[in-house]
Amino acid sequence: MKVAGLSKRIIRSLLSTQYANMLEYRVEIALWALSGVLPFIMLTLWSNNDAGSVFGFSQLDLSRYFLSAFLVRQFSVVWVVFSFEEDALLGKLSPYLLQPLHPLWRYVSSHLAEQLTRLPFAVIIAAIFFLFNPESFWIPSIGKFCLAWLATLLSFSISFLLQSLIAAFCFWSEKASAFERLLFVPYLFLSGLLAPLDSFPPSVLKLAAWTPFPYLINFPAKILSDLNVNLLGGFISQIIWILILLPLVIISWKAGVRHYTAMGA
Amino acid sequence: MESRGSSLHGYGGIMKRYLKTIILFWNTSLAVQLEYQLNFAIELIAMIGTLSGSIFILSLFFTQNNTLGGWSWEAALVVQGIYTLLDGVTNTWLRPNLTEIVNYVREGTLDFVLIKPIDSQFWLSTRTLSPAGIPEITLGLFLIFWALKKSGAIIGLKTLISSSVMLLTGIIILYSLWFLIAATSIWFVKTWNATEVLRAILAAGRFPISAYPTTLRLIFTLLIPITFLTTVPANMFLGREDIHMMLLGISLAIIFFYISRLFWLFAVKHYTSASS
Repeated sequence: MKVAGLSKRIIRSLLSTQYANMLEYRVEIALWALSGVLPFIMLTLWSNNDAGSVFGFSQLDLSRYFLSAFLVRQFSVVWVVFSFEEDALLGKLSPYLLQPLHPLWRYVSSHLAEQLTRLPFAVIIAAIFFLFNPESFWIPSIGKFCLAWLATLLSFSISFLLQSLIAAFCFWSEKASAFERLLFVPYLFLSGLLAPLDSFPPSVLKLAAWTPFPYLINFPAKILSDLNVNLLGGFISQIIWILILLPLVIISWKAGVRHYTAMGA
Repeated sequence: MESRGSSLHGYGGIMKRYLKTIILFWNTSLAVQLEYQLNFAIELIAMIGTLSGSIFILSLFFTQNNTLGGWSWEAALVVQGIYTLLDGVTNTWLRPNLTEIVNYVREGTLDFVLIKPIDSQFWLSTRTLSPAGIPEITLGLFLIFWALKKSGAIIGLKTLISSSVMLLTGIIILYSLWFLIAATSIWFVKTWNATEVLRAILAAGRFPISAYPTTLRLIFTLLIPITFLTTVPANMFLGREDIHMMLLGISLAIIFFYISRLFWLFAVKHYTSASS
């Protein structure tokens, strides 16, 4: 039985080959995990200046929030546009398009495999964090953990769809990854990676709520760190964004493939 | 041939030759890059977005307190301005040159660089220039002087000289850090992620160092001298000269540059070319 071109067998072989491939890049992935230290730097700023109390975050809340933000980021990082651009430029894309499987599934599986490779490094970094901040150690309840996992998965899906939309530009332009910058900048400041959204002034908060960004880091991180959060509203917003983006991605890819003439043609 | 030429003209001749080479490099690379106008527009928007975003984040620390680590809002903006300026220098000069080294190693073209009658570190470090960072440099300078005016600092000749010296010191440290990582590509083919780690850590320089906890301040002063990239030059601009910090910064710049030089010579010695 096939759903969206996928069967159990295809999923299994895709994931296992991509995982084997990603294991080759362990060192790079470890470094990449390490490059996500920004939330920790911000944490030292927030807690050293006692700036959390303004919006009702204790020191404990702050350290848990930023560790969760780090973890959520680790498992929702998306790089499909870079990978896709390279494949399009090198001409690897053409054989993928011939296969009876949407090329995006290949990228989905390599992202999931990369996350699995990243898992031990993320755990090590979290362990080091607790070594230095033993008082902030906590174990979320099973329920909260599952909800946070689900929210992270949805966050990954939104990011993936957003970037795939940009990747579709590759069919028209050779330099689609430049557009990714325009996506990354609002992501960086509105997602909650640098500051919990509770610290934002109400006007900015209202504006941010209309974008997908707060649901990418802030929402899952707050569930994981056991802070007060509107669960229903958050999940509904995440699902709405997926429902908006999914058809856009499918349409633009269809149009793109029709327009595509392969590099050099 | 080379040694005879240099003995005839002396050091002035060498300097002139290197200067001529650098001007030739940079003229051609700027012309090529300006062809990508769309890219340029995107960079411009992204840069303005990044700067407004980081000023917004900075403002969050000032909602209750009037200072961050003893720095006023205007003084902290000077730090942001210097960070933006240095980011522009990175995008214009460091990144386009130093991220290429890995390609030379992979494709084996580093051999041709090494046999050129010009210092290889010089060639690799100055080969090209990208206009991508020019708006950042402009905006950074504008922000520095605007914030200085707002804070009521008086910029005399002495301030200008000391801040330029410390800015240069910062740039030398920044260059050395980048070059050290780039030089490891002689052994490891993928260093892109290592530069990302460096970038992530350098982002700490967006804020005055005194806002960080003591241990981190020590690390950022001696181990990864971010202090000298933004905070110390900002102090100079604000007329808060500190001769000890100046001397420490200059010594560290010399040490870091020297280490990068030694490391490069060591790396080249171990270079075995792509095909062997």
